[in-house]
This record gives sequence, structure tokens and C-alpha cells, in this order.
Amino acid sequence: MSIQLRDVRKAFGDKEVLRGFTLTVEDGETSAIVGPSGCGKSVLLKHLVGLLRPDAGTVFVDGQSVPELRKKELVRLRRRIGYVFQFAALFDSMTIAANIGMGLRRLPGWDPKRISTRVAECLELVDLNGLGERYPAQLSGGQRKRAGLARAIAASPKYLLYDEPTTGLDPVTTAVIDRLVLRMRDELGVTALVVTHDMTSAFRVADRITLLHEGTARFTGAPAEIRTAADDVLRGFVDGDPALYYGLSADRHGGQNDGA
Amino acid sequence: MVFFPVADPLLRPLAASGRSTLAALGSVGQAWALFAGSFRAIGEFRVWGPMLLPQMARVGVASVPIALFIATFTGIVMSLQASYTLTGTIPLYFVGTLVGKTMILELGPALTGLTLAGRVGANISAELGTMRVTEQVDALETLAYNPLAYLVVPRVLAGLVMFPFVVLLAISVGIASGWMTALELLDMSSAEFIKGLRLFFAPWDVWFAVIKSVSFGAVVTGVGCFCGLRTEQGAEGVGRSATRTVVISSMLILCLDAFWAATLL
Repeated sequence: MSIQLRDVRKAFGDKEVLRGFTLTVEDGETSAIVGPSGCGKSVLLKHLVGLLRPDAGTVFVDGQSVPELRKKELVRLRRRIGYVFQFAALFDSMTIAANIGMGLRRLPGWDPKRISTRVAECLELVDLNGLGERYPAQLSGGQRKRAGLARAIAASPKYLLYDEPTTGLDPVTTAVIDRLVLRMRDELGVTALVVTHDMTSAFRVADRITLLHEGTARFTGAPAEIRTAADDVLRGFVDGDPALYYGLSADRHGGQNDGA
Repeated sequence: MVFFPVADPLLRPLAASGRSTLAALGSVGQAWALFAGSFRAIGEFRVWGPMLLPQMARVGVASVPIALFIATFTGIVMSLQASYTLTGTIPLYFVGTLVGKTMILELGPALTGLTLAGRVGANISAELGTMRVTEQVDALETLAYNPLAYLVVPRVLAGLVMFPFVVLLAISVGIASGWMTALELLDMSSAEFIKGLRLFFAPWDVWFAVIKSVSFGAVVTGVGCFCGLRTEQGAEGVGRSATRTVVISSMLILCLDAFWAATLL
């Protein structure tokens, strides 16, 4: 198995975000973690690249325990992982081409000509041909997300981590991004983990879906299983029914909504 | 860190001061970690090397106009105030002595340092703070870059190298403007002014100014990087970090100013 999290716990101050989360992602699989905003999905992803350390539990990527890696080993592991940030996190003082080539410049054997060729390939892969010399501020939200994806795949990673790749996008652009996620799996053969609260997108791209609820993996299954599962919390999230999701009676929930 | 609520109202001030002390000690520890990490990152020349010249231009060259503006008027005021104080009691050529000595030893380095704390420190803090809250710093790490090598080392080195040049330029312009003021407004001759200027001049004074300005450069850029990289909570946090940078670096500049005067003079 290529990504494995077991009993991961993480707290910020007195707020425990992850309370024993367990998940396995097999080689070549695209797995989605769904859950409402602020439930700890991005925190989970950051553990996989060593941006955060768990308070307890184990995090394995490519057979290596991420929290126990030395700095140089972590750098080597990060070169095998592409990370697509929620708001792209493009370096705004650089052109899109420079952004995409940024990671390549750290790799041995990559001269400017080879980097330039690879940047052009990546731009073509995400349908951004001809926009390499623009700055992030000159792109639309969807284009920025695609540029972020191009940067993540530039070094041909074995793993791709997507942090809310479709948040804030219109349905058509969301479908374009989803198609790109599938294209990365089919053409590059990457193992991918997508965190999202967009169920349509999760059903479209994922081989397996996990619901992150109150810091634990509440339910894991194939999209077909998710659609037919009887779990109230899962049903509540998938159908967008707060009463089911929060386990409230309809009256009480209505009252809470009014208060909100 | 988990803090337990204190029920007894009489103990609350004590608990608050304990929390502040722990937070301050935590900040000192983080600052030390940043310093040690940045020192180790100096070895990654391929990362910070290409960034050094642009940072030197931003920290140093772009700061020259404001530094010279302040130095010009400081020189004028120094000359006029020296004349006002000395007229009728001490020979007027001492105007040159006062302008030279105070510009080199104190006003040149300190005023330039405080000005650059606002211009350079706040700029670095806001830039790195924005990068932090928009996850650009995290992105650097995922692309296998050491953010300390890429962001901190070139800025601090640029501060160390460029602050002395800006300060020396400010001192020169401050003295020159004092000189022009003496010629035009005080009816002094150049010979008189230069006689006063040379009277107590010691080359060590210039080294003293250089040492001070190197330390001010380290403080302003270091504090800017530290506060910027610790930024949290969006635009409001970026503003808070920039303000904190100016306040902390101004205080440290004044403390260092006193320290160098006590140890080197």
C-alpha cells in the first residue's frame, strides 16, 4: 500500500481535529476524503508531506514513516509527491512558467532548456498553452487551479494530493478540473488523494470515498456503496441534510438555522 | 500548550502574567530556532545565491531616497540648532564638529535604522506574512525548498551588506547638508566648517557607525522575517505582523544603540 494513516491524532491547542483517523490508499488508486469545511481534511493532507506532525499515530507514504524522516529523506520523499493547494498557492511574483519550473530547478540534471520543454508539456497537459508568461493575478480562478496542478505534476510525481481542487469554481470549470484529475490518473498512473466537500466531484473522480467526521473515518467505500449506505451521518452529508448529519430533529435543526 | 482556567479572581493577574511569560519564552525559543535554521541554511548557496542581488536592490538601493531625505533635513536642523546653542559662547566652527560627530556617531545610523525598520522591516514582514497565509511558504516546502534558505537568508544577508552603505551615504549627505546650511544661513566659511569637522574626527567613529548599522540591518531584516513567517489569520494577521515588526525592531535598535555606545566608546 502506498499511503497509510493509522490512528492519527492531531490537536491545535485544546481543539482536537483528528481523533484516531485511519485510511489506506492503494497504488494507482484515487481516493477522496469528504467532509464539511473545517473538519480537518487539509490538516490530514499536510501530514502526508511532513508539513504537520501527528500528536499520535503513524503516517506512511511510499513505505516510509513521514514523521520519522530526516530532513534530507523528507526532501527526497517530497519530490515524489505533488501537492495541489486549495487556492493554488502560486508564487505571485513569478510567471506561471517560472512557477511550474520552480520544483524542477532543485532537481539534478535539469538545465534551463529541459525545464522549459517540461513546462510547455505541463501547460499543454492542463490546457494552459500560451499562458506561461502571465502572472497568477492575470488568470481566472480555474486557470490558477490548473496552473497549480501543472506545478504539482511537473516533476512527474508518484503521488498527487489535491486540497479542495474544485472549491469556488463554477460547475463547468469543476467538471474540467475533475477531468484533469482523472487524466492524471490514467495518463500518469499516479496514486491520488483528493480532499473535497463537493460530493459531485468526489463521485466523479474517486475509486473510494471516505467520510471524515469528528476526526475519524466514519465510512469508507466505493462510490456505489456510498450512494446506497444507510449510515445517517453519511446520508446527511451526501444529501445535504443537516438534520441527518448533525443527528438533530427537524424542528430543533430549524430553530438552530433560524438562530444562525 | 493548554492553559487551565483560573477560578480565583485574585489569582487571575498572576495567571495572566504567567501566560505572557510563557508566550514570550516561546517566542524567544522560536526566534532562536529561526536563527539556527537560517545559519545552517547558509550552506544552500544554490537556493539563496540567485535571490541575493534582487534583495540587495530592494533592501538597500530602494531605501536610499527616504534615507537621504531624512539625512538632508537632519543635517540642516543640526547645523541651525548648533549655531543657536553655540553663538556668543563657543567659536562657531564647532558647528562643524557637532554636525559631524552627531551624524556619524548617532543620528546617521539610528535615524536611518529606525526609518528602514518601517520601510524594509514592514515590507519583509508583510510579504512573508502574505506568503504564509496564502500557503506559498508551504508550497515552497512541498517543492523541496528550505524556506529559510529561500526567503530568510537572502533578506538578512542583504540587510547586513546594504545597511552600512545606506547609513554611510546618509551620514555623508547629512554632513553635506549641514555644511551647505552653515555656508548659506550661518555666514560661516567652508574653511571654518571643515576646521570644526576635523577637530574631533576619529576614523574609529566611522567604524562605530558601520558596526551599528550592520547590527541594525540584522535586527530589521531578521525581525521582519520572524514576524512574517509566524503570521496567522489572513489580512488582519499580515497587518499585525507588520506593526509588530516595526515596534520590535525599533525597540531593539534603540537597545543596541545604547549597548554599542556602552561597549565600544
